[in-house]
Amino acid sequence: MHGHHFPEPGDGPASGLLGQVEAAEAALRAAAERGRPGAPDGAAGDTDPQEYFTALIEADQKIEPRDWMPDAYRRTLIRQIAQHAHSEIIGMQPEGNWITRAPSLKRKAILLAKVQDEAGHGLYLYAAAETLGVSRDELVELLLAGRQKYSSIFNYPTLTWADVGAIGWLVDGAAIVNQVPLCRCSYGPYARAMIRICKEESFHQRQGYEILYTLAHGTPAQREMAQDAVNRWWYPSLAMFGPPDRDSTHSEQSMAWKIKRFSNDELRQRFVDMCVPQAEILGLRIPDPELRWNPERQSYDFTPPDYAELMRVISGDGPCNRQRMARRRRAHAEGAWVREAAAAYAAKRAARATAPTEVAA
Amino acid sequence: MKTTVDHLLALGDDALIAAQRLGEWVAAAPELEEDVALANIALDQLGAARLLLTYAGELEGAGRDEDALAYLRDDREFRNCLLVELPNGDFAVTMAKLLFLAAYQLTLYTALSGCADERLAAIASKARKEVAYHLDHARLWTVRLGDGTAESHRRMQAAVDEIWPYTHELFLPDPTAPVDPAGLRAEFLAIVEPVLAEATLERPADDWAPEGGRRGLHTEHLSYLLAEMQVLHRAHPGARW
Repeated sequence: MHGHHFPEPGDGPASGLLGQVEAAEAALRAAAERGRPGAPDGAAGDTDPQEYFTALIEADQKIEPRDWMPDAYRRTLIRQIAQHAHSEIIGMQPEGNWITRAPSLKRKAILLAKVQDEAGHGLYLYAAAETLGVSRDELVELLLAGRQKYSSIFNYPTLTWADVGAIGWLVDGAAIVNQVPLCRCSYGPYARAMIRICKEESFHQRQGYEILYTLAHGTPAQREMAQDAVNRWWYPSLAMFGPPDRDSTHSEQSMAWKIKRFSNDELRQRFVDMCVPQAEILGLRIPDPELRWNPERQSYDFTPPDYAELMRVISGDGPCNRQRMARRRRAHAEGAWVREAAAAYAAKRAARATAPTEVAA
Repeated sequence: MKTTVDHLLALGDDALIAAQRLGEWVAAAPELEEDVALANIALDQLGAARLLLTYAGELEGAGRDEDALAYLRDDREFRNCLLVELPNGDFAVTMAKLLFLAAYQLTLYTALSGCADERLAAIASKARKEVAYHLDHARLWTVRLGDGTAESHRRMQAAVDEIWPYTHELFLPDPTAPVDPAGLRAEFLAIVEPVLAEATLERPADDWAPEGGRRGLHTEHLSYLLAEMQVLHRAHPGARW
């Protein structure tokens, strides 16, 4: 029942990133111990709230729910955290698609646990968003109405078992590269949620990598399945970092507020540089004929994803957008009577608890 | 009494097929918390299934491991009860199935955890703790739905009426088993009847009592379930995953 041994760089495909998560966690504790600039009790006192907010960010302190913050900062965070939460929830579908067909009981158990974690991540993130004064119900309504987005990647279909491995390796890998800097995000509840999430995600990434490794070293049909999955998931994964810097609308302000720490293109480059040696160990080919080491930049040159396709997928015309939304709406609609029953029962219990003692009939 | 391969298969198949059905709920539950809970219960059932099937394979001595038993038997060779293979239906049907399965498994695992077969006793003892949680979860929902709105009451009663006949099979006599299930029905009723009463639901009459699962005579549902569960494994004979 033991996993077989296979060679990996470091302790795992995301081991370096995991170290960064731990460093972010230590920094968070250190900042808390340093105390906040100016008012020792955290109150703004008679200083200008905008100045105090800026001073907190400059000092790498965390903004907490009761602190004053600019409306635009609040709105940006609500949008970003909500979309992140929605992505976890919609992201259960492509992988959930293989739970009933997983090819061994061990793999079935791992996949079930992973999809369960994703629901849990959605819950942490909705809770983090709620600290900004919006309710989870409102956010769910915005998702169902198509007014808030989720990650474009989940609009691609999982056609074979190897896709489950490719999602773990590439999609979770891209998510971690994107999310590790968020562990140092200036908004405390989000930073803390990301620390927890990144630790679990790096575990998922390792499991996906292990699936691909096993397939790539299996029968010829399995190997072909693995390569085909990497071929289909490579560019959509690169597109997860968003539009190129020249077209990114939210970046500059988010970086000034220390919500974002690196640009889309910087993170995308980091991801490519991380994947190439891993693909070599897997024995799988990254489907980019232009991919090559650039000694001057000390990085890999690569073909960027098709941003026109990314825009089509984000605006609703990817392969599975309709299906994913239909399923979420159906689950929500079909579950309405259950949620109403739970609310009615809770109300009855509360009424019974406060009612005067009844005389037994 | 000596443990038989058939007995281990019956226990393991119950858990495996229950896990498979619960896995179908992923990303379709009425709320996020319930997605987490159903996946969690599915994982527990799958975990118990793996231990039981592994033991069955070793006892059989024919070189079949958990995967050979799960993926390479046909429906006529499966020994699960009919209850677990029934479709999920609406959330009330799923909760009725879970309530009855968990109440049955709790009484059975509790009895088995004291049996002479140490390995089986250890598996039962571990599974019993998990099943107590499953029972609690199903009990809470049965009460919420039964005593919730008029609509949820109607659905929960319909679900209980639909599933109740399949509970009889769980307690068919099996004198060769380490614990004869026939002796456990009173305990099962002592768990289930108060839940139905608290949920303001009527306990159905004991009339129709379909059975056959323990002999490999299933409903028409199982073959479809297995077709889906086994498709990939069977398409790549001998492959490792």
